[in-house]
Amino acid sequence: METLNAFFSELSWSPYVVGIGIGILSWLSFLISGKPLATSTTFAQMGGMIEKAISGEEVKNKPYYKKIKLEINWQSMLVVGVVIGAFLSALISGDFQMRWLPTLWSSTFGSDVMTRLLVAMGGGVFLGFGARWAGGCTSGHGISGTLQLAVSSWISAICFFIGGILTAWLIFNILA
Amino acid sequence: MTIKERLTKEQVIRDKRPLLTGLLFGIAFGFLLHKGGVTKYDVILGQLLLTDFTVLKIMLSAVVTGMIGIYAMKSAGMIKLTIKKGSVGQNILGGLIFGIGFAVLGYCPGTLAGAIGNGYFDALTGGLAGILLGTVLFAQLYPKIKDNILQRGSYGDMTLPKLLKVNDWIIVVPVALFIVLLLVWMERSGL
Repeated sequence: METLNAFFSELSWSPYVVGIGIGILSWLSFLISGKPLATSTTFAQMGGMIEKAISGEEVKNKPYYKKIKLEINWQSMLVVGVVIGAFLSALISGDFQMRWLPTLWSSTFGSDVMTRLLVAMGGGVFLGFGARWAGGCTSGHGISGTLQLAVSSWISAICFFIGGILTAWLIFNILA
Repeated sequence: MTIKERLTKEQVIRDKRPLLTGLLFGIAFGFLLHKGGVTKYDVILGQLLLTDFTVLKIMLSAVVTGMIGIYAMKSAGMIKLTIKKGSVGQNILGGLIFGIGFAVLGYCPGTLAGAIGNGYFDALTGGLAGILLGTVLFAQLYPKIKDNILQRGSYGDMTLPKLLKVNDWIIVVPVALFIVLLLVWMERSGL
Protein backbone atom coordinates (compact mmCIF):
# COMPACT_ATOMS: atom_id res chain seq x y z
CA MET A 1 0.00 0.00 0.00
CA GLU A 2 2.77 2.42 0.87
CA THR A 3 4.63 1.65 -2.34
CA LEU A 4 1.37 2.21 -4.21
CA ASN A 5 0.93 5.58 -2.50
CA ALA A 6 4.53 6.46 -3.29
CA PHE A 7 3.94 5.49 -6.93
CA PHE A 8 0.88 7.70 -7.32
CA SER A 9 2.52 10.67 -5.62
CA GLU A 10 5.64 10.56 -7.77
CA LEU A 11 6.17 13.77 -9.69
CA SER A 12 6.44 11.93 -12.98
CA TRP A 13 6.33 8.47 -14.48
CA SER A 14 8.35 6.99 -17.30
CA PRO A 15 6.89 8.12 -20.65
CA TYR A 16 6.47 4.43 -21.49
CA VAL A 17 4.36 3.75 -18.39
CA VAL A 18 2.22 6.77 -19.30
CA GLY A 19 1.97 5.77 -22.97
CA ILE A 20 1.04 2.17 -22.20
CA GLY A 21 -1.49 3.48 -19.67
CA ILE A 22 -3.09 5.71 -22.32
CA GLY A 23 -3.09 2.77 -24.74
CA ILE A 24 -4.93 0.57 -22.24
CA LEU A 25 -7.31 3.44 -21.46
CA SER A 26 -8.16 3.56 -25.17
CA TRP A 27 -9.04 -0.18 -25.13
CA LEU A 28 -11.42 0.47 -22.25
CA SER A 29 -13.05 3.52 -23.83
CA PHE A 30 -13.75 1.54 -27.01
CA LEU A 31 -15.00 -1.44 -25.04
CA ILE A 32 -17.13 0.40 -22.47
CA SER A 33 -18.20 3.56 -24.31
CA GLY A 34 -17.58 2.65 -27.95
CA LYS A 35 -15.66 5.90 -28.32
CA PRO A 36 -12.08 7.00 -28.92
CA LEU A 37 -10.28 9.40 -26.56
CA ALA A 38 -10.59 12.83 -28.22
CA THR A 39 -10.96 16.41 -27.03
CA SER A 40 -11.13 19.15 -29.66
CA THR A 41 -14.81 18.91 -30.70
CA THR A 42 -15.65 19.84 -27.12
CA PHE A 43 -13.92 23.20 -27.52
CA ALA A 44 -15.90 23.85 -30.72
CA GLN A 45 -19.14 23.03 -28.88
CA MET A 46 -18.15 25.35 -26.03
CA GLY A 47 -17.30 28.08 -28.55
CA GLY A 48 -20.67 27.57 -30.23
CA MET A 49 -22.56 27.69 -26.92
CA ILE A 50 -20.84 30.96 -26.00
CA GLU A 51 -21.64 32.35 -29.44
CA LYS A 52 -25.26 31.25 -28.97
CA ALA A 53 -25.43 32.96 -25.58
CA ILE A 54 -24.17 36.19 -27.12
CA SER A 55 -25.89 36.22 -30.52
CA GLY A 56 -29.04 34.20 -29.87
CA GLU A 57 -30.65 30.85 -30.64
CA GLU A 58 -30.28 31.02 -34.43
CA VAL A 59 -26.52 30.40 -34.02
CA LYS A 60 -27.23 26.69 -33.60
CA ASN A 61 -28.51 26.59 -37.19
CA LYS A 62 -25.06 27.39 -38.55
CA PRO A 63 -24.02 24.42 -40.72
CA TYR A 64 -20.98 23.60 -38.59
CA TYR A 65 -22.93 23.62 -35.32
CA LYS A 66 -25.64 21.44 -36.89
CA LYS A 67 -22.90 18.99 -37.80
CA ILE A 68 -21.25 18.79 -34.35
CA LYS A 69 -24.43 19.53 -32.28
CA LEU A 70 -24.18 22.02 -29.43
CA GLU A 71 -24.58 19.63 -26.51
CA ILE A 72 -22.85 18.38 -23.37
CA ASN A 73 -21.87 14.78 -24.06
CA TRP A 74 -19.43 11.98 -23.14
CA GLN A 75 -16.52 13.87 -24.65
CA SER A 76 -17.31 17.17 -22.89
CA MET A 77 -17.15 15.33 -19.58
CA LEU A 78 -13.90 13.68 -20.66
CA VAL A 79 -12.35 17.15 -21.06
CA VAL A 80 -13.67 18.22 -17.63
CA GLY A 81 -12.20 14.98 -16.28
CA VAL A 82 -8.78 15.79 -17.78
CA VAL A 83 -8.71 19.05 -15.81
CA ILE A 84 -9.64 17.19 -12.61
CA GLY A 85 -7.26 14.26 -13.22
CA ALA A 86 -4.29 16.53 -13.92
CA PHE A 87 -5.21 18.61 -10.85
CA LEU A 88 -5.32 15.48 -8.64
CA SER A 89 -2.00 14.17 -9.92
CA ALA A 90 -0.37 17.61 -9.54
CA LEU A 91 -1.80 18.03 -6.04
CA ILE A 92 -0.67 14.68 -4.62
CA SER A 93 2.78 15.04 -6.15
CA GLY A 94 3.25 18.60 -4.83
CA ASP A 95 3.32 20.03 -8.36
CA PHE A 96 0.19 22.21 -8.32
CA GLN A 97 1.70 25.58 -9.16
CA MET A 98 -0.64 28.53 -9.95
CA ARG A 99 1.65 30.49 -12.25
CA TRP A 100 1.33 32.71 -15.29
CA LEU A 101 4.61 32.04 -17.10
CA PRO A 102 6.28 28.79 -18.16
CA THR A 103 9.98 28.60 -17.22
CA LEU A 104 11.24 28.28 -20.78
CA TRP A 105 9.05 31.19 -21.83
CA SER A 106 10.30 33.63 -19.17
CA SER A 107 13.94 32.64 -19.64
CA THR A 108 13.63 33.37 -23.37
CA PHE A 109 11.10 36.20 -23.67
CA GLY A 110 11.17 37.84 -20.22
CA SER A 111 8.57 38.12 -17.52
CA ASP A 112 5.89 40.35 -19.03
CA VAL A 113 2.66 38.43 -18.41
CA MET A 114 0.58 40.33 -20.97
CA THR A 115 2.95 39.39 -23.80
CA ARG A 116 2.63 35.71 -22.94
CA LEU A 117 -1.15 35.90 -22.71
CA LEU A 118 -1.51 37.61 -26.09
CA VAL A 119 0.85 35.10 -27.71
CA ALA A 120 -0.98 32.19 -26.01
CA MET A 121 -4.26 33.58 -27.31
CA GLY A 122 -2.90 33.94 -30.84
CA GLY A 123 -1.55 30.40 -30.70
CA GLY A 124 -4.88 29.17 -29.35
CA VAL A 125 -6.71 30.70 -32.33
CA PHE A 126 -4.51 28.75 -34.76
CA LEU A 127 -4.86 25.61 -32.62
CA GLY A 128 -8.66 25.71 -32.40
CA PHE A 129 -9.06 26.70 -36.04
CA GLY A 130 -6.57 24.09 -37.26
CA ALA A 131 -8.02 21.30 -35.11
CA ARG A 132 -11.48 21.86 -36.62
CA TRP A 133 -10.05 22.19 -40.13
CA ALA A 134 -8.14 18.90 -39.76
CA GLY A 135 -11.09 17.24 -37.99
CA GLY A 136 -9.17 16.36 -34.83
CA CYS A 137 -6.25 17.14 -32.55
CA THR A 138 -3.29 15.42 -30.94
CA SER A 139 -5.60 13.04 -29.07
CA GLY A 140 -8.35 12.37 -31.64
CA HIS A 141 -6.04 12.11 -34.64
CA GLY A 142 -2.60 11.84 -33.00
CA ILE A 143 -3.35 8.94 -30.66
CA SER A 144 -6.85 7.49 -31.21
CA GLY A 145 -6.83 7.81 -35.01
CA THR A 146 -3.28 6.64 -35.65
CA LEU A 147 -3.75 3.59 -33.41
CA GLN A 148 -6.73 2.61 -35.60
CA LEU A 149 -4.46 3.06 -38.64
CA ALA A 150 -6.68 5.79 -40.13
CA VAL A 151 -5.11 7.45 -43.16
CA SER A 152 -6.61 10.86 -42.23
CA SER A 153 -5.06 10.62 -38.76
CA TRP A 154 -1.54 9.60 -39.81
CA ILE A 155 -1.41 12.46 -42.32
CA SER A 156 -2.78 14.94 -39.76
CA ALA A 157 -0.45 13.81 -36.98
CA ILE A 158 2.62 14.10 -39.22
CA CYS A 159 1.50 17.59 -40.28
CA PHE A 160 0.93 18.64 -36.64
CA PHE A 161 4.59 17.93 -35.98
CA ILE A 162 5.92 19.38 -39.25
CA GLY A 163 4.03 22.63 -38.58
CA GLY A 164 4.97 22.60 -34.90
CA ILE A 165 8.68 21.88 -35.39
CA LEU A 166 9.09 24.54 -38.11
CA THR A 167 7.19 27.14 -36.08
CA ALA A 168 9.08 26.37 -32.85
CA TRP A 169 12.36 26.64 -34.74
CA LEU A 170 11.33 30.03 -36.18
CA ILE A 171 10.21 31.33 -32.78
CA PHE A 172 13.23 30.21 -30.77
CA ASN A 173 15.99 30.62 -33.37
CA ILE A 174 14.90 33.61 -35.45
CA LEU A 175 12.56 35.68 -33.28
CA ALA A 176 14.13 35.10 -29.86
CA MET B 1 -45.43 5.83 -10.73
CA THR B 2 -46.97 5.23 -14.15
CA ILE B 3 -45.16 3.17 -16.75
CA LYS B 4 -44.59 6.27 -18.79
CA GLU B 5 -42.98 8.09 -15.85
CA ARG B 6 -40.82 5.11 -15.05
CA LEU B 7 -39.68 4.87 -18.67
CA THR B 8 -38.79 8.55 -18.69
CA LYS B 9 -36.84 8.11 -15.48
CA GLU B 10 -34.92 5.14 -16.86
CA GLN B 11 -34.30 7.13 -20.00
CA VAL B 12 -32.78 9.93 -17.95
CA ILE B 13 -30.53 7.52 -16.06
CA ARG B 14 -29.40 5.87 -19.26
CA ASP B 15 -28.66 9.24 -20.84
CA LYS B 16 -26.65 10.38 -17.84
CA ARG B 17 -24.44 7.30 -17.65
CA PRO B 18 -22.21 8.27 -20.61
CA LEU B 19 -21.52 11.58 -18.86
CA LEU B 20 -20.23 9.74 -15.79
CA THR B 21 -18.08 7.27 -17.75
CA GLY B 22 -16.73 10.15 -19.85
CA LEU B 23 -15.77 11.98 -16.66
CA LEU B 24 -13.99 8.91 -15.24
CA PHE B 25 -12.07 8.29 -18.47
CA GLY B 26 -11.11 11.97 -18.47
CA ILE B 27 -9.81 11.82 -14.89
CA ALA B 28 -7.60 8.83 -15.75
CA PHE B 29 -6.42 10.50 -18.96
CA GLY B 30 -5.63 13.80 -17.19
CA PHE B 31 -3.81 11.97 -14.39
CA LEU B 32 -1.63 10.19 -16.96
CA LEU B 33 -0.98 13.38 -18.95
CA HIS B 34 0.28 15.12 -15.82
CA LYS B 35 2.42 12.14 -14.79
CA GLY B 36 3.93 12.21 -18.26
CA GLY B 37 4.86 15.89 -17.87
CA VAL B 38 2.96 16.93 -21.01
CA THR B 39 0.76 19.41 -19.16
CA LYS B 40 3.87 21.62 -19.25
CA TYR B 41 4.77 24.17 -21.94
CA ASP B 42 8.48 23.40 -21.47
CA VAL B 43 8.00 19.69 -22.28
CA ILE B 44 5.86 20.37 -25.38
CA LEU B 45 8.27 22.98 -26.71
CA GLY B 46 11.16 20.67 -25.85
CA GLN B 47 9.63 18.14 -28.22
CA LEU B 48 9.03 20.66 -31.01
CA LEU B 49 12.60 22.00 -30.59
CA LEU B 50 13.79 18.37 -30.69
CA THR B 51 15.58 18.60 -27.32
CA ASP B 52 13.17 16.46 -25.23
CA PHE B 53 11.39 13.47 -26.80
CA THR B 54 8.88 12.82 -23.99
CA VAL B 55 5.83 13.70 -26.12
CA LEU B 56 6.80 11.35 -28.94
CA LYS B 57 7.70 8.52 -26.52
CA ILE B 58 4.29 8.78 -24.86
CA MET B 59 2.39 8.99 -28.15
CA LEU B 60 4.24 6.12 -29.81
CA SER B 61 3.93 3.78 -26.84
CA ALA B 62 0.22 4.66 -26.55
CA VAL B 63 -0.26 3.97 -30.26
CA VAL B 64 1.54 0.62 -30.23
CA THR B 65 -0.31 -0.56 -27.09
CA GLY B 66 -3.66 0.79 -28.24
CA MET B 67 -3.35 -0.54 -31.78
CA ILE B 68 -2.65 -4.15 -30.77
CA GLY B 69 -5.53 -4.25 -28.29
CA ILE B 70 -8.00 -2.43 -30.53
CA TYR B 71 -7.28 -4.65 -33.53
CA ALA B 72 -7.42 -7.78 -31.34
CA MET B 73 -10.86 -6.71 -30.08
CA LYS B 74 -11.92 -5.82 -33.62
CA SER B 75 -10.82 -9.29 -34.85
CA ALA B 76 -12.83 -10.85 -32.02
CA GLY B 77 -15.89 -8.83 -33.07
CA MET B 78 -16.02 -6.99 -29.73
CA ILE B 79 -15.71 -3.43 -31.03
CA LYS B 80 -16.10 -1.34 -34.17
CA LEU B 81 -13.49 1.14 -35.34
CA THR B 82 -14.39 4.84 -35.53
CA ILE B 83 -12.38 6.14 -38.47
CA LYS B 84 -12.41 9.87 -39.21
CA LYS B 85 -13.04 10.80 -42.83
CA GLY B 86 -10.42 13.00 -44.40
CA SER B 87 -8.87 14.59 -47.44
CA VAL B 88 -5.57 16.12 -48.49
CA GLY B 89 -7.07 19.63 -48.20
CA GLN B 90 -8.44 18.88 -44.78
CA ASN B 91 -5.65 16.98 -43.06
CA ILE B 92 -2.53 18.59 -44.55
CA LEU B 93 -3.67 22.21 -44.38
CA GLY B 94 -5.52 21.76 -41.08
CA GLY B 95 -2.60 19.80 -39.65
CA LEU B 96 -0.09 22.52 -40.55
CA ILE B 97 -2.30 25.30 -39.14
CA PHE B 98 -2.73 23.24 -35.96
CA GLY B 99 1.06 22.79 -35.80
CA ILE B 100 1.60 26.57 -35.81
CA GLY B 101 -0.80 26.92 -32.89
CA PHE B 102 0.78 23.94 -31.11
CA ALA B 103 4.19 25.68 -31.11
CA VAL B 104 2.96 29.22 -30.39
CA LEU B 105 0.65 28.22 -27.52
CA GLY B 106 2.77 25.32 -26.26
CA TYR B 107 -0.24 23.13 -25.44
CA CYS B 108 -2.65 21.10 -27.57
CA PRO B 109 -6.38 20.91 -26.71
CA GLY B 110 -6.07 17.88 -24.39
CA THR B 111 -2.89 19.04 -22.67
CA LEU B 112 -4.38 22.55 -22.34
CA ALA B 113 -7.11 21.03 -20.18
CA GLY B 114 -4.35 19.26 -18.23
CA ALA B 115 -2.34 22.48 -17.94
CA ILE B 116 -5.40 24.22 -16.48
CA GLY B 117 -5.58 21.45 -13.86
CA ASN B 118 -1.86 21.89 -13.19
CA GLY B 119 -2.51 25.56 -12.32
CA TYR B 120 -1.12 27.28 -15.42
CA PHE B 121 -3.00 30.53 -15.90
CA ASP B 122 -1.66 31.18 -19.41
CA ALA B 123 -3.57 28.03 -20.46
CA LEU B 124 -6.74 29.00 -18.56
CA THR B 125 -6.90 32.58 -19.89
CA GLY B 126 -5.14 33.32 -23.19
CA GLY B 127 -4.93 29.73 -24.39
CA LEU B 128 -8.55 28.78 -23.70
CA ALA B 129 -9.91 32.07 -25.05
CA GLY B 130 -7.82 31.62 -28.20
CA ILE B 131 -8.97 28.05 -28.87
CA LEU B 132 -12.62 29.00 -28.44
CA LEU B 133 -12.19 31.98 -30.74
CA GLY B 134 -10.44 29.78 -33.31
CA THR B 135 -13.32 27.29 -33.37
CA VAL B 136 -15.89 30.10 -33.72
CA LEU B 137 -13.92 31.52 -36.66
CA PHE B 138 -13.83 28.06 -38.23
CA ALA B 139 -17.59 27.61 -37.81
CA GLN B 140 -18.04 30.98 -39.55
CA LEU B 141 -15.82 29.95 -42.47
CA TYR B 142 -17.09 26.34 -42.71
CA PRO B 143 -19.96 26.87 -45.23
CA LYS B 144 -17.49 28.47 -47.67
CA ILE B 145 -14.93 25.64 -47.56
CA LYS B 146 -16.92 22.47 -46.85
CA ASP B 147 -17.69 21.61 -50.48
CA ASN B 148 -14.41 22.61 -52.06
CA ILE B 149 -11.12 22.83 -50.18
CA LEU B 150 -12.14 20.37 -47.44
CA GLN B 151 -13.09 17.82 -50.12
CA ARG B 152 -9.96 18.23 -52.21
CA GLY B 153 -8.16 14.88 -52.49
CA SER B 154 -10.76 13.08 -50.37
CA TYR B 155 -10.05 9.54 -49.19
CA GLY B 156 -13.03 9.14 -46.85
CA ASP B 157 -12.72 6.83 -43.85
CA MET B 158 -9.74 4.97 -45.27
CA THR B 159 -7.44 2.84 -43.12
CA LEU B 160 -3.98 1.59 -44.06
CA PRO B 161 -5.12 -2.09 -44.31
CA LYS B 162 -8.08 -1.09 -46.53
CA LEU B 163 -5.86 1.13 -48.68
CA LEU B 164 -3.40 -1.70 -49.30
CA LYS B 165 -6.22 -4.28 -49.49
CA VAL B 166 -4.61 -6.64 -46.98
CA ASN B 167 -5.58 -8.33 -43.71
CA ASP B 168 -5.35 -5.93 -40.73
CA TRP B 169 -2.53 -7.87 -39.10
CA ILE B 170 -0.31 -7.57 -42.18
CA ILE B 171 -0.12 -3.88 -41.26
CA VAL B 172 -0.49 -4.02 -37.46
CA VAL B 173 2.52 -6.29 -36.88
CA PRO B 174 5.08 -4.36 -38.99
CA VAL B 175 3.84 -0.98 -37.68
CA ALA B 176 4.14 -2.27 -34.09
CA LEU B 177 7.64 -3.60 -34.76
CA PHE B 178 8.69 -0.37 -36.47
CA ILE B 179 7.47 1.75 -33.53
CA VAL B 180 9.19 -0.48 -30.96
CA LEU B 181 12.46 -0.41 -32.91
CA LEU B 182 12.19 3.38 -33.29
CA LEU B 183 11.73 3.74 -29.51
CA VAL B 184 14.68 1.41 -28.83
CA TRP B 185 16.80 3.42 -31.26
CA MET B 186 15.72 6.70 -29.60
CA GLU B 187 16.76 5.37 -26.18
CA ARG B 188 20.06 3.99 -27.49
CA SER B 189 20.97 7.30 -29.11
CA GLY B 190 20.19 9.17 -25.89
CA LEU B 191 17.11 11.05 -27.14
